[in-house]
Amino acid sequence: MTLNTTPLQVENLAVARGGLAVLEGVSFSLSRGAALVLRGPNGCGKTTLLRTIAGLQPALSGHIGLEPDAMAYAGHSDGVKPALTVTENLRFWADIFGTSTIETALTQFNLVALKDRPAGTLSAGQKRRLGLARLLVTGRPMWILDEPTVSLDAASTAMFAEAVRAHLQGGGMALVATHIDLGLAEAQVLDLTPFRAKAPALDDFDEAFL
Amino acid sequence: MASIWSYANPKKFIDTTDRVLPVLSVLALAALVGGLVWGFFFTPDDYKQGSTVKIIYLHVPAALMAINAWMMMLVASVVWIIRRHHVSALAARAAAPVGAMMTVIALATGAIWGQPMWGTWWEWDPRLTSFLILFLFYLGYMALWSAIEDDDTAADLTGILCLVGSVFALLSRYAVNFWNQGLHQGASLSLDKEENVADVFYYPLLLCIAGFVLLFVALVFLRTQTEIRARRMRALLARERLND
Amino acid sequence: MRALLIRDLRLAVRAGGGFGLGLAFFLIVVVLIPFAVGPQSALLARIAAGVLWIGALLACLLSLDRLFALDWDDGSLDLLATAPLPMEAIVSIKALAHWLTTALPLVVIAPVLAVLLNLPAAGYWPLVLSLLLGTPALSVIGTFGAALTVGLKRGGLLMSLLVLPLYVPTLIFGAEAARRGAEGMAYGTPLIFLAGITCGTIALLPFASAAVLRVNLR
Repeated sequence: MTLNTTPLQVENLAVARGGLAVLEGVSFSLSRGAALVLRGPNGCGKTTLLRTIAGLQPALSGHIGLEPDAMAYAGHSDGVKPALTVTENLRFWADIFGTSTIETALTQFNLVALKDRPAGTLSAGQKRRLGLARLLVTGRPMWILDEPTVSLDAASTAMFAEAVRAHLQGGGMALVATHIDLGLAEAQVLDLTPFRAKAPALDDFDEAFL
Repeated sequence: MASIWSYANPKKFIDTTDRVLPVLSVLALAALVGGLVWGFFFTPDDYKQGSTVKIIYLHVPAALMAINAWMMMLVASVVWIIRRHHVSALAARAAAPVGAMMTVIALATGAIWGQPMWGTWWEWDPRLTSFLILFLFYLGYMALWSAIEDDDTAADLTGILCLVGSVFALLSRYAVNFWNQGLHQGASLSLDKEENVADVFYYPLLLCIAGFVLLFVALVFLRTQTEIRARRMRALLARERLND
Repeated sequence: MRALLIRDLRLAVRAGGGFGLGLAFFLIVVVLIPFAVGPQSALLARIAAGVLWIGALLACLLSLDRLFALDWDDGSLDLLATAPLPMEAIVSIKALAHWLTTALPLVVIAPVLAVLLNLPAAGYWPLVLSLLLGTPALSVIGTFGAALTVGLKRGGLLMSLLVLPLYVPTLIFGAEAARRGAEGMAYGTPLIFLAGITCGTIALLPFASAAVLRVNLR
């Protein structure tokens, strides 16, 4: 892995939801230490784009150049198991990703006092913090985040922004879809509205039934 | 001649089958009426089975088509999984109810035949049991198609189910053989055996089989057309939503 | 991979995990059978092996819908899919966890319930052996069914319709071995077939389950 290749390079990407293109011609790249915020109205395809980049669904066309084993994805839901304690939840992901320490993650997201509580007893915001702390535990440089600040209060949002900033300073990257201001002044912003797919022409009747 | 894959274009498929369907339907009707009338009224009664043997003209072709329909679905599913032609997946979907109906016909005529011959409507004989299991597979396959909203997801899942189901259906066939030896007579037709049913019964039977095959093809063409149109309608509705 | 197994086992035994429900269900089925067919011990002895197999099979089936549904609902399945574990490993581990938490206890308790059904003494070993060899296939096939129906609301009934026909060969050979054993006949042949089915499903079906799960996650 050489340092001068771009870790994430998206070229002319088109993504589909339910068999129909929602975004097309999306191109951007992300270099080390940078963050990119994706914006756009509800339903414009932010989540679909992120899931495609994370490899959960195939792209309609275009190219995604992503370093192998670099990415950690966090979706709408936290994947927190209510029956396990905070520590057990994080320990599990640390084992899955083959990393060892969960202490930094606990401190950064202010979860130390809660670490022996079953996750089911946490509030929505605390659960969200636990879900985000998972990202630190993965040890992956590229965070792909889908609406990470849902149900976080102002203080927790600031805490999250701080964690992202620290991550970027350490050479990490973040790709964030959000509709609120994260307070990350250094992040580039990409508005997805111009990339919305036009409805295909109706004169032919092809394999996509349009 | 154009490659066979060019018919994977839904429009071309509909255009072509539109031209073929009338011919196919007439041929199917002619073969069925001809075969059944010949079989029912112009063949002698069997010396052992009497006139009940004549149900063979429905029973054997239906049983053949019940299996062949599943085979066709298997091939269509493989084509969909490998080449991603939507028409293929829709043809598999279209064939399933026809195949299930054929299975029901085979089971029902078998019961009607079995009653005078074996003195029972139903017997847990390997052949009968296998067909019952095949019917269950058809049911599951159709239920899965109708349960999933997204068309491509449904096509993928049912395709894989068809592959896995085929293996298990075959396994069940042998397991059932092991489990009970049965009293069903041997196959009525076979290519490798000299001994078939007598010629007087044989030719009308062949005609009936041809009729069932033609009927099956015609029904699958027709139902695939319907599926394509329904699919196009959903695609157009989705496109409308995109424009909002 | 071990982490996932440990997590699933832990979740199963913690509150709300549903551990033991399968056992209770098995017990109830076995208790209900004599009410339905009458208390004659000769009759019960004849059908005991088959009833125990059906009971174990249904108990396995009933616990399947939780296999992926919980991970699907809370988003862990998305996260696992993007984790450095191949999907084939995930489904295999899930099947193993299901076998350990649901099927293995059934195998252990089956001889106890066999007493209630008056199973002949010669039938105990074949029963336990056939269940031990056959239940892994039930778990693996069930994982496939659970993966097929994971995204569906009220997928449980549909899953039964899909999974039960796939259970036919396993049930035939398993119950046949147990029945022959109970009647004092040689039961080696069905047992070998049963082992073959189990090995085959364990080797091949995880690929189908993983493919199906990937499709469902799209």
